[in-house]
Amino acid sequence: MSSERVTRIGLRTVALGYLFALLFVPVGIVLYKTFEPGLGNVWASITTPAAIHAFWLTIMVTAIAVPLNTALGILAALVLVRGRIRGKPLLDALIDLPFAVSPIVVGLSLVLVYGANGWFGGVLTSAGIQVIFSWPGIVLATIFVTLPFVVREVAPVLREVGDEQEQAAATLGASRRQTFLRITLPAIRWGIAYGVVLSTARAIGEFGAVSVVSGRISGQTETLTLLVQKRFENFDLAGAYAASALLAMIAMTTLLALTVIKPRKEHE
Amino acid sequence: MSTPDLTAQDLGAAPRHRGRGRSRETAAAAGRPGPLAAGVVVLWLSLIVLLPLSAVVAKSLDGGVGAFWDAVSSRQAVDALKFTLLVSFAVALVNAVAGTLIAWVLVRDSFPGKRIVNALIDLPFALPTIVAGIVLLALYGHDSPVGIDIAFTRSAVALALLFVTLPFVVRSVQPVLIELDRDMEEAAASLGAGGWTTFRRIVLPNLGPAIISGCALAFARAVGEFGSIVLISGNIPFQTQVASVFVFKQIESDAPITAAAVSVVLLVLSLGVLLAIRGVGSWGGRHEL
Amino acid sequence: MTRAVRRSPLPLLTVLAALVALAVSGCGGASDSTSATADGGASSGSKGSISLVAYSTPQVVYDEIIPAFQKTTAGTGVGVKTSFGPSGDQSRAVEAGLPADVVTFSTEPDVDRLVKAKKVAADWASGPNKGLITTSVVSFIVRKGNPKNIRTWDDLLKPGIQVLTPNPFTSGAAKWNLLAAYGQAADAGKNPQAGLDYVSKLLKNHVKVQDKSGREALQSFVAGNGDVLLSYEYEATTAQKKGEDVDYVTPDDTIKINIDIAPTTTSKNPQTAQAFIDYALSKPAQEQFASWGYRPVNADVLAANASKFPEPSGLFTIEDLGGWPSVNDKLFDPTNGSIAKIEESAGVSTEK
Repeated sequence: MSSERVTRIGLRTVALGYLFALLFVPVGIVLYKTFEPGLGNVWASITTPAAIHAFWLTIMVTAIAVPLNTALGILAALVLVRGRIRGKPLLDALIDLPFAVSPIVVGLSLVLVYGANGWFGGVLTSAGIQVIFSWPGIVLATIFVTLPFVVREVAPVLREVGDEQEQAAATLGASRRQTFLRITLPAIRWGIAYGVVLSTARAIGEFGAVSVVSGRISGQTETLTLLVQKRFENFDLAGAYAASALLAMIAMTTLLALTVIKPRKEHE
Repeated sequence: MSTPDLTAQDLGAAPRHRGRGRSRETAAAAGRPGPLAAGVVVLWLSLIVLLPLSAVVAKSLDGGVGAFWDAVSSRQAVDALKFTLLVSFAVALVNAVAGTLIAWVLVRDSFPGKRIVNALIDLPFALPTIVAGIVLLALYGHDSPVGIDIAFTRSAVALALLFVTLPFVVRSVQPVLIELDRDMEEAAASLGAGGWTTFRRIVLPNLGPAIISGCALAFARAVGEFGSIVLISGNIPFQTQVASVFVFKQIESDAPITAAAVSVVLLVLSLGVLLAIRGVGSWGGRHEL
Repeated sequence: MTRAVRRSPLPLLTVLAALVALAVSGCGGASDSTSATADGGASSGSKGSISLVAYSTPQVVYDEIIPAFQKTTAGTGVGVKTSFGPSGDQSRAVEAGLPADVVTFSTEPDVDRLVKAKKVAADWASGPNKGLITTSVVSFIVRKGNPKNIRTWDDLLKPGIQVLTPNPFTSGAAKWNLLAAYGQAADAGKNPQAGLDYVSKLLKNHVKVQDKSGREALQSFVAGNGDVLLSYEYEATTAQKKGEDVDYVTPDDTIKINIDIAPTTTSKNPQTAQAFIDYALSKPAQEQFASWGYRPVNADVLAANASKFPEPSGLFTIEDLGGWPSVNDKLFDPTNGSIAKIEESAGVSTEK
């Protein structure tokens, strides 16, 4: 039907046009500026000792924060959508809290609790544990800011698919574990996938909170975003863009990995 | 003959019980999480989020309630809060429309390069906001190659916020859209409903919670957004100063109590809006809007 | 139809790989530089290590000084960790427990904060260098060739001239800028009202935006905003060395900017920390500073570079204006300071 085709193309044009102006062109500029100095220079930029360390620090922090939030996010989504508890709106609101907090405040709140002069400061210092200005602080800040993503992605999908299939499985004698692994998880896999993608992208791109709790010690607590900022500050624009490109690459790799490894769903 | 008013239930879809009226045995076996799961989740939330935030609340009251009130009722603070909330709300609305549209196109349409487009959607998240700010400034600021100069204006703030909130609604709607049962739409089409009607009465109610969810995320992110904003907006008090920048200024001026106080108010207000958005969403869902 | 879910091994592998790589690449690689010649000094060494916590702009100089220090007898085998950031943030971080052996900041209140927190000795400024590592002056940074011919403070108030200066409540550099603007109109502090009038005119009519740090203001200027940037003199030299097309003019009436350095009382390596400071004050290091536009405190090096660093005829100091504590209170208190009040009223009348 031609009117359907017109609509389809019309929608496509508007959507792509919006994305073009808002996303493609800016990203294209970043890519262009990144590779302008030449591939060799870009490679040199991202293989300085500080850059390598920043890269692995960022990966490590993300590799700790995202799986934790994923596991708990799935649990929280199940509780929210299917749980038999009172006070769900409150839980709902609590899960949104990390979004309502500005990154700087996130960082400061952690310093107020875990810093040397903070609530747990005395205990931590005498135990010789350094949270703030060391990687645990960065991990805590990252967990904080990425906490809601998986929940918020999985919950609507859970609601959408309903639990008829789980009911059927139960009446057929499936155990809770079987039901979860074979029915629930596959049904929400796209929610999980996009939740993980968003969490990862947010984790690697986090700047405000990390800049407060990390202490910016080069080669020790400097993440990729902090490195980008430092390079910008020192007029090393090419280096800054190169590090940014690394971040973009990590984000896109995550998405590609998730969409490739997951069993492909038929798209109409 | 006019198109009959169709609802999802008319087409025979199972009414959405949302879990009431089931037997306990099947409920338990179906993996319905009990109080232990809820407890773990609450503990997790408390440790990671509530604990640090209560330290901020405590700090804000360090100087007593009087100091708290003074801090948040100053002209600059109020203006910053108003501006932040208004712009963020507008941005959330734009995202609701644009994000749904983009998700629709990404899931239902196919064109060369779609996978690449899909992969690019998350970039605003991954790019540090300072990069986003610099790039947006280069594009739409003084030296704009396309002749649009909105640097240091309110539109600039809105634009930066649109950029950083792009993925939210898209990624919220996508998974739901993928799992959506096409049968109802096909049935509606076979009964003579046009595309828009089908979308409005069949698809949209199902996407509703996801759109609302994504909107809420976009709103909250916009409210807290900091890095990219300062660069492009230039931080003019009363004009383009967003609340998070105001807070930052207080921190840098060694006024942590003021900073904490305004942060608390911002937090409460944002949370209030978030609850309202979710409330509207679930009310709409129950009444089959 | 069974729908098997393959648990992706990717996340687990990533974690393992990361941990292994982290362990392997563990120590090593500190300061970052992408130029072929400069190599980041080792951050760990056989003689222990020291931590330098500094404000952001002199990183380029320390990137050169640190490796040179590590070649001296005092510095051989010493690892140097560095942290650069906004002066106020860094100072607050040290107060909150960031380990530091040597600190250097661009405004004295940032050091005083640490004195109050008992992390820096109260007599930190009593040595022969008076606690200073370098000095500078507030200058006008202009486009190459100075097309608008901006030479004096009055030129800044000419119609249509757009001035960039960062936000004084988030940037130490901005404070110095406004103190210079205030001081020169106030006749080195003798006529405060005249000073405030000048600052008021400047902020209301000529300053449209205020970036949050001096370096960001410089980058904003370099990106094409504004006609003139108020900044440290050395920022112009640094920008020029990095290939930017800027010039600078030092007005006759301007303020002397003091850059402070001090060892901490919490240092685990106090002798090495002092050795590092001594090296930074020595001739080769001070020459490095001079090459980047910083006015050395070492008298010999300053004399050797006299042509580069002419003494402005109307130079005044922060002491002339009453000293930092008084100035911070009267002018820069965020609620009651005079400049805060000017900023607030400026917000109303500034056009978009």
